[in-house]
Amino acid sequence: MFYREAGQFKNTYHADQAIFPIIQDRWFMALVLLVAFVVIPLWANEYWFQAVLIPLYIYAIAAIGLNILTGYAGQVSLGTGAFMAIGAYATYKLCTAFPDLNILIVFVISGFFAAGVGIVFGIPSLRIKGFYLAVATLAAQFFILWLFNKVGWFYNNNPSGTITAPPRELFGIMITGPEAHALTRYYVSLGFLSVMALAAKNLVRGRVGRSWMAIRDMDIAAEIIGIEPLKTKLMAFAISSFYCGVAGALFIFCWLGSAETEAFDIFLSFQIMFMIIIGGLGSIMGSIMGAAFITLLPIFLTNVPPMIGIPIATDLSKHIEEIIFGVLIVFFLIAEPHGLARLWQIAKEKLRQWPFPY
Amino acid sequence: MEFMENVFVLPFLDIADSPVFFLEVIISGLLSGVMYSLVALGFVLIFKASGVFNFAQGAMVLFAALTLVGLMEQGVPVVIAILLTALLMVVLAILIEHMMLRHLVNQEGIILFMATIGLNFILEGVGQIAWGSDVKKLDIGIPDQSFEYAGMLFNTLDLSAALIAAIMVTTLALFFQYTGTGRALRAVADDHQAALSVGIPLKSIWIIVWSVAGLVALVAGILWGTKVGVQFSLVLIALKALPVLILGGFTSVPGAIIGGLIIGVGEKVVEVYWGPAFGGAIEGWFAYMLALAFLMFRPQGLFGEKIIERV
Amino acid sequence: MKIRNLLLTAAGMAVCAVGIMESKIAAAEQFFPMLVYRTGPYAPNGIPVANGFRDYYTMINARDGGINGVKVSFEECETKYNTKLGVECYEKLKGKGATLFNPYSTGITYQLIPKARVDKIPILSMGYGRTAAADGRVFQWTFNFPTTYWSQASTFVKYVATQEGGLDKLNGVHIAHIYHNSAYGKEANPTLDALSEKYGYKLTKIAVDHPGQEQKAAWLQVRRKRPDWIFMSGWGVMNQVAIKEAVSTGFPMDHFVGNWWSGSEADTVPAGDGAFGYKSAALHGTGTDWPVIQDIIKHVYGGDMALAAENKVGEVLYNRAVLNGMFGIEAVRTAQGKYGNKQMTGEQVRWGLENLDISNAKLKALGMEGFTQPFKVSCKDHETGGPVAFQQWTGKGWQFVSDWITPITEVVRPMVEEAAAAYAKENKITPVNCG
Repeated sequence: MFYREAGQFKNTYHADQAIFPIIQDRWFMALVLLVAFVVIPLWANEYWFQAVLIPLYIYAIAAIGLNILTGYAGQVSLGTGAFMAIGAYATYKLCTAFPDLNILIVFVISGFFAAGVGIVFGIPSLRIKGFYLAVATLAAQFFILWLFNKVGWFYNNNPSGTITAPPRELFGIMITGPEAHALTRYYVSLGFLSVMALAAKNLVRGRVGRSWMAIRDMDIAAEIIGIEPLKTKLMAFAISSFYCGVAGALFIFCWLGSAETEAFDIFLSFQIMFMIIIGGLGSIMGSIMGAAFITLLPIFLTNVPPMIGIPIATDLSKHIEEIIFGVLIVFFLIAEPHGLARLWQIAKEKLRQWPFPY
Repeated sequence: MEFMENVFVLPFLDIADSPVFFLEVIISGLLSGVMYSLVALGFVLIFKASGVFNFAQGAMVLFAALTLVGLMEQGVPVVIAILLTALLMVVLAILIEHMMLRHLVNQEGIILFMATIGLNFILEGVGQIAWGSDVKKLDIGIPDQSFEYAGMLFNTLDLSAALIAAIMVTTLALFFQYTGTGRALRAVADDHQAALSVGIPLKSIWIIVWSVAGLVALVAGILWGTKVGVQFSLVLIALKALPVLILGGFTSVPGAIIGGLIIGVGEKVVEVYWGPAFGGAIEGWFAYMLALAFLMFRPQGLFGEKIIERV
Repeated sequence: MKIRNLLLTAAGMAVCAVGIMESKIAAAEQFFPMLVYRTGPYAPNGIPVANGFRDYYTMINARDGGINGVKVSFEECETKYNTKLGVECYEKLKGKGATLFNPYSTGITYQLIPKARVDKIPILSMGYGRTAAADGRVFQWTFNFPTTYWSQASTFVKYVATQEGGLDKLNGVHIAHIYHNSAYGKEANPTLDALSEKYGYKLTKIAVDHPGQEQKAAWLQVRRKRPDWIFMSGWGVMNQVAIKEAVSTGFPMDHFVGNWWSGSEADTVPAGDGAFGYKSAALHGTGTDWPVIQDIIKHVYGGDMALAAENKVGEVLYNRAVLNGMFGIEAVRTAQGKYGNKQMTGEQVRWGLENLDISNAKLKALGMEGFTQPFKVSCKDHETGGPVAFQQWTGKGWQFVSDWITPITEVVRPMVEEAAAAYAKENKITPVNCG
């Protein structure tokens, strides 16, 4: 969906082209940022950082990446896990080979590695379309993980076959490694999410984003009006993989600390895909809301029964949690097939000229 | 250099060295391929009739197998247990249509796909609450013995599975091609609204298709369950069906079979002869690479309907 | 539109409700966190493990009134064998005063090892996890006694030698290693390689892709290469399928040996009669004929054998969890010997683990004489190189078919120290001086 917000009228082009043309939106974003950057760190404890917020932000980055590819450019991908793995392993190799390199720069460079591989696996998209295209990214998913598992060079030949985030500091503050404080890692992930979400938002508003959407809606028509499918599709693959790569690097270095390839298996790819469908295809805000839905809801459901003092066997409560989770997904889709982002939009439309719905 | 030799010379020498064994590898591949096809078939049926990529197919296999083995543990005779499970799969199809599909008519494919993911969670949860998560032995009397014939090793379970799959596919292919319901099914697959407007009862068609897919899941569950024991991991065999599905085309019943056979043979031959050169366990990604290679020439899958693009 | 409004309100309420969910365990109780997996693909293995821990802790409270008067409390958290869910469980249980973690999952163990040092909560990964952690100078907070994958692989080679008539007869014997293609499955490879060079047996390594329901290709290779012995490092569904495939390939089952994660009832029962004669490594006895298991049946199940059997009492993985539970309790008891009979902290439990001395007399007092072998942990050696026995499936249960075999330490230990040193260098850890 791409249309201009109405209800609050602008009289300069400048104002009309703002990222958030609605005043309530601007206030809301400011409030969200204030909460994320100031209020939460004051209040949250390590459980909240490590179990809830850090993974949420990292998943959100990956979800934005996949949404660029699937939601905006219309190319189905089930290789998110593999592209994240490339980011993680590239970071590991880079920061063990060059221990003095600034770790934040390493994260970004790793993203470029992922982007390069993404382009390679994006090439079949020029010929194969729709669900069938999933095969190319699935091949990437299985092949890349196999490679990282098989070739000892990728994990520095250590006999356990895993990568561990080595301690790295910046300006005297530990960023990665076990001694890095949860708060530091929180700010790093939040920082990456904010910058990358803003970049994505601007990207999809501009020429690039519109050419992606043209390709998504009908690629032949797009070609006729002068959009090059080759360049546009491969750019979508590259940028999407870049986001996934950075998310993968943060996944190991700011969250798990240590992992083997199984952490990036196909179920991770599926999970990120669930996030963008529930959140809303073709929406940056939706990616973040979807990530929140898929990560927070299970944790919430797990913690409800003991909270209200109902003792249930562990396995039973897990099964019930699964069922409720499944029912909620179906319920949400029936209520609003276009995802949380659309719900959010409806809410905005109602509140734009509050108390009158517009 | 050694690597080049391992890839380009030794495997062929090996094959020439023992052609009987090569034949055995191919036959094993065909038989495994049939087992993949069984799972892929469930996906194809639903995709063909409702355009839904049913993520819950693996969970349906688990659910059917768990119910069957659970009933048998309660002392229900095999035949009755199978019939009861089949009945349950039909009831499940009706429930799915009533609670879910009915409300999602004419939505995009990806939305329906997501809904089946919700269904997947529900089925996994319900199945395990009812019957537990433990591994169970399933024995409905299919013989599971090995014998040697002409220097090759065969297993009766594999052969029975191939036979059952062949019967099932033939029946389904005929059903789709020659009955009125079959034609209506194909119309629904093309366009929900158009099918409704020419008077095809969409809802009952969906119930039929999901029931048939449920029965296919039951058969797959029986055969795989006999092979590996009934347990949660049955859900994961859906992954084995993915390359088959993509290769054969989402909408073709024969495609699911041929695709399964190609993938089965391809991955076994590659793993046995070329696996050692690469360090083994290459069949997982090889299946996708093979499918990818085929798709580069036929982007709609081997038997998929030709994609015609208009502006 | 109504349904949408409902959704918006519900979402708002949910956000508020999440805010209140932390609580602490009451004082004067020794809290044991339990990361369990009673659901998901590995549930058949996870259920007996979880039951074993739960029952041992319950029994200690019922029979002894706790550890020297300090009650044992515990809480389960479901991980589904998934590393990411494990993080949430770890943080939640850590906040409740955990002083010792038994992760029971390779991925979660790897993930917790670096954290243990910082959070000051020791990890006991009994017979799994990172083998290099046996070097206590680098991995001060991680313990993997009584023995490790690498030691186990060496005992397997020694076991084959006893069957073939001596270590010198190994030359020319053909051993295949069928392994789960993951970090865990590959653990035994370096040891088997090193020993192959030393003793001259031929080694073929066959990888099986995760999760391992389809192993035709692997077994075709077995058929072609015809190894004399097969060693398997499998887990979950891979084991069951491998045993079935071995049966239909006609491989002699008594030459097919699993590691200790590939030898439980869940692995052999689905294969039916064909599995008779299958062997696996073992760390402890099975069945219910041990005083400690009898105590559990008496105090936890009130003597109800049927209920006990339903809860997997006496199965391999159940008894392993009982043994593991005992290690934890005894570590606390050891620590209490130094710090007094009260609730121990993570650091104190670590001291207890490092000074744990499981002697024969102690095993007897615990009702575990002959159940497992004595060992003594030290600051330098967190593995102890304990012996491994081999057991065989008889159709009803497992039976020891070998003596306790000690690992080939002179080969394994240098490899452990090399790996630990590499880890220390990469992660900037200064090894402690064990004096």
